[in-house]
Amino acid sequence: MLAMDATGADAGRGGLTTADGKPLKQALATAQSRARRRALLLVLPLLAFIVITFVVPIGQLLFRSVYNDGFSANMPQISAWFRETEPGTEPDEAAYAALAADLAAAAEARSVGVVGTRVNYEMSGTRSLFTAAGRKAGDLKPPFREALLELNGTWGDPQLWGVMRSVSSAYSANFYLAALDLARDANGDIVRAPEGRRIYGMLFLRTLWLSALITGLCLILAYPVAHLLATLPLAKSNLLMILVLLPFWTSLLVRTTSWMVLLQEQGVVNNTMVALGLIGEDGRIQMMYNRTGTIIAMTHILLPFMILPLYSVMRPINPGYVRAARSLGATSWTAFRRVYLPQTLPGIGAGALLVFILAVGYYITPALVGGASGQLISNLIAYHMQDSLNWSLAAALAALLLAGVLILYWLYDRLIGIDKLKLG
Amino acid sequence: MKKILTLSTALSAVGLAASAQEVTVMSWGGAYTVSQVEAYHKPFTAETGIKVVSVDADNPATPIKAMVEAGNVTVDVADVEYADSIRLCDEGLLEEIDPSILPPAPDGTPATEDFLPGALTDCAVASIVFSTVYAYDTTKFPEGPTTMADFFDLEKFPGKRGMRKGAKANLEMALMADGVPADEVYATLETDEGIDRAFAMLDKIKDDTVWWEAGAQPPQLLADGEVAMTTAYNGRIFAAQVAEGKPFQIVWDGQVYEYDLFVIPKGAPNLENALEFIKFATDTQRLADQAKWISYGPARKSSGALVGLYQDGKTEMAPHMPTSAENLTNALASSYEFWVDRDSELNERFNAWLAV
Amino acid sequence: MNASRPDSTPDAAFVEFDRVQKSYDGETLVVKDLNLTIARGEFLTMLGPSGSGKTTCLMMLAGFETATHGEIRLAGRPINQVPPHKRGIGMVFQNYALFPHMSVGENLAFPLEVRGMRRAERAAKVARALDMVQMGAFANRRPAQLSGGQQQRIALARALVFDPELVLMDEPLGALDKQLREHMQFEIKALHDRLGITVVYVTHDQGEALTMSDRIAVFNDGRIQQLAPPAELYERPKNSFVAQFIGENNKLPGIIEAFDDKKALVRLATGEVIDATPVNIRARGQQTLVSIRPERVEFKPEMMPPGVHRIAADVLEVVYMGDIFRTRMRVAGSEDFVMKCRNTIGQRRLTPGERIEIAWHPEDARALDPM
Repeated sequence: MLAMDATGADAGRGGLTTADGKPLKQALATAQSRARRRALLLVLPLLAFIVITFVVPIGQLLFRSVYNDGFSANMPQISAWFRETEPGTEPDEAAYAALAADLAAAAEARSVGVVGTRVNYEMSGTRSLFTAAGRKAGDLKPPFREALLELNGTWGDPQLWGVMRSVSSAYSANFYLAALDLARDANGDIVRAPEGRRIYGMLFLRTLWLSALITGLCLILAYPVAHLLATLPLAKSNLLMILVLLPFWTSLLVRTTSWMVLLQEQGVVNNTMVALGLIGEDGRIQMMYNRTGTIIAMTHILLPFMILPLYSVMRPINPGYVRAARSLGATSWTAFRRVYLPQTLPGIGAGALLVFILAVGYYITPALVGGASGQLISNLIAYHMQDSLNWSLAAALAALLLAGVLILYWLYDRLIGIDKLKLG
Repeated sequence: MKKILTLSTALSAVGLAASAQEVTVMSWGGAYTVSQVEAYHKPFTAETGIKVVSVDADNPATPIKAMVEAGNVTVDVADVEYADSIRLCDEGLLEEIDPSILPPAPDGTPATEDFLPGALTDCAVASIVFSTVYAYDTTKFPEGPTTMADFFDLEKFPGKRGMRKGAKANLEMALMADGVPADEVYATLETDEGIDRAFAMLDKIKDDTVWWEAGAQPPQLLADGEVAMTTAYNGRIFAAQVAEGKPFQIVWDGQVYEYDLFVIPKGAPNLENALEFIKFATDTQRLADQAKWISYGPARKSSGALVGLYQDGKTEMAPHMPTSAENLTNALASSYEFWVDRDSELNERFNAWLAV
Repeated sequence: MNASRPDSTPDAAFVEFDRVQKSYDGETLVVKDLNLTIARGEFLTMLGPSGSGKTTCLMMLAGFETATHGEIRLAGRPINQVPPHKRGIGMVFQNYALFPHMSVGENLAFPLEVRGMRRAERAAKVARALDMVQMGAFANRRPAQLSGGQQQRIALARALVFDPELVLMDEPLGALDKQLREHMQFEIKALHDRLGITVVYVTHDQGEALTMSDRIAVFNDGRIQQLAPPAELYERPKNSFVAQFIGENNKLPGIIEAFDDKKALVRLATGEVIDATPVNIRARGQQTLVSIRPERVEFKPEMMPPGVHRIAADVLEVVYMGDIFRTRMRVAGSEDFVMKCRNTIGQRRLTPGERIEIAWHPEDARALDPM
């Protein structure tokens, strides 16, 4: 029997109880705990997987973008001196002594290159200053100020000391400044980077613009295809669907290189046009190793990501809607615009978001077919990961990209609503 | 019976130990890796029983930092450029190699004296001298270009150009094309005006240039007709010329030569084998042998005399070497001091220039 | 029922199908030589099993399918080449096809909007149409927030809001439960009578067809099997298909022993002879199928017409259905011969195993083609 006194909040005394007098809430919890434990066990592998492969790496990436202990870890004494003194303090003999001792120790530990590289990120041309001084640091005699200045006059440069002070802390926002084409001048104020070095802002904009263009092209190409797929009888649409999905089963590299075969100057498309007399031998069109190549190849590669969400939204749309609109007096264009199109919006939104986000992060295709003008921001991230080895800058660039995508996602949620997203 | 059993057990144990012996060597791929496999890897395995695993990269220096920092070093020996070897060494990413362990020349000259100047550093042992040159297709230009300036002259020699995607060698070549004598190139590049001047020269051909990254690309671009002339590593062009009979011609004027060196990433899984491999590969005979396969000059003085014919048995190698006298009339030795220090800065500028 | 309407004459014709044929694949005809004339203000139902061609006919009339051959005329004007949106025909779809992204009001305003009607006028018409189906309070709801019956009303209102003279309905009540369906039947019928519109209604539910229609065209195999007012269709089916399709029917196969204009003697498979009305009988000795409505079978001698043949029946099962008793019997070898008797005061209750004699008025037994 249920005790019908449900006025008290306390489940033990005032709440509902089971037939044998146990509090109902407690009984419910006991009954459900086993099921809950089992459910938890089932999702645990996925949870662990996501944490290990997603949360941890992204956390590391974000951490690295603000953390670089290349200087602070290897130059402990001078870092301590910087901590103890006010910014702008003239370096005294104690500072030079600490510097000389750190240089000697770093040279011994073969880490002076790391130190030089870290300072070099902020002030070009200083790497060899450190490595050269490191080689001779063991022989330096006091007074160290004079000894170091004799090695290289740059050791007295206030800008160098300003930079060393800023990198003496492992935490720094300077990589974000660099990623935004900004820098600190000798006074520590934020200024724009010199003309010839401004590249990231332009590349971010280019990446966004090209991604938007590719998304638009994908939409224009995918919409009729998806509509065809959705309205054909299942047997035929399945066959066509295989054709759409075929590229998915081919390696990205193979697809990209096959575009190279098609589009290069001596490639199939140009040869055909020359053979047909459409263009002369000298008028071969440059479609590869430039922006055109990036746009064509990426549009092709990303097309299925647009087709599939559109298809999944279009398939269940009853053809009766358009018929109803027609019977109610709408022309076929009005019926499409007012009745069909609005119902496919969730698919358009999902496809566009998917393609755009993928395009923003695309790397291999622009690297292979993009030449110089078709490079995207991810190619620079890869460059800093692999060639310049400036991982902190790469991380800062990647973090900015991530932030951009998240902002986009938020905007989408505000404007259209993420619950209206239909991926299939 | 028991004896046989013991014996077979012992044998299988030996077999296991032998199969576990290996060394992984990372190099630049294509014809260059082939020459190393033929000259070093095969004889090394034959002599020591240590298996050599060969892997390729566009530039083997680049994966090393990631490997060492991640504590997941899979490579024992890497073949890198001079500036990279110094930079990696300074950052503590390489094992040190004591030059005294290297074998002396056949006449007893110690290795430290037998190697060319600068070929031995704290962490690296040079194997060859290679050169960045430019080459063209003789069917396109029968009256071929002859000077560095011709490469930048689109009016006289129309057609697409190929260049390595990076600042190194391109800036030097641009300055030489602009009339800077080889011995003043680096002094000029130390100044902002000098750098501007180099980029201004590159501007002339920027819109007509295809940028390559892997050493195997330029001969391919040339063969496909995608470019009319391209910078390349001289050995790659030689391989295409001689082994594949391509109508390519190298222009030695304005060549930029430097060492390629063997290094051992810090924490290499088979350090002992790596040292053994380097000792073996950089002895007088092996270095001379490699020249049978590709036109790169050996880094030992004593190997020079042993260089003879290409492996086809008829091509004289000497004229194809970057170091032969007639190829050195206007040549530039790449400065590692310059590039170690300015690499990141100039590449950053190069990328900015390229992207705009 | 409005069975007294004058049968369609050419000058009263509003909708005409003239020798219309339709084929989808070029090999088989879905609609075979259809001739049908519908009068202005008539409620005509196309009834038939699925695949009988009735929906295709409706779609051709609406303009969503083109006739392969023949001509369709609306108010005397050929409309084969007129696109759907210029035909001015209201249509109610099977699943209502209310636009899910528009509110009820917007749905109703849509046909007015595409006709370029001004906002104020639109609002007035929409309000009137909603009131007509008692949905005035729902203008701002989304279709998904409405029940099936409410959606049905909205669909009806939308098809009527622009004052079409002809309204097509494609199984509009198919998705509703039985009670709601019956209620809506009356509402639709009432609207039809009030507005004086012409309705072409497609259904496979014969009850629906009988309740609502002025005339019913029974479709099968791409042809109209019979075109008649409901009562005639029910009581005087022209062939076995119609007899079977409309209402419940007992079927007794047999051979014509003798026949004249009024009466036929049929010998059943088990040798008994029964009386029937000849419908499509051409010769003696012909195979026939005699169809008798269960409610016209009698077992009380005083109710039987004099002089008719009686036949023995074994009661197998009696089902109490409230208003009637449904008695299943073995008659002339057939085990599913059914008799329905009203549950009146003093009605005799049969019991299974009982042997009785049954008979019927010869007019109620129709000797048809054997299919």
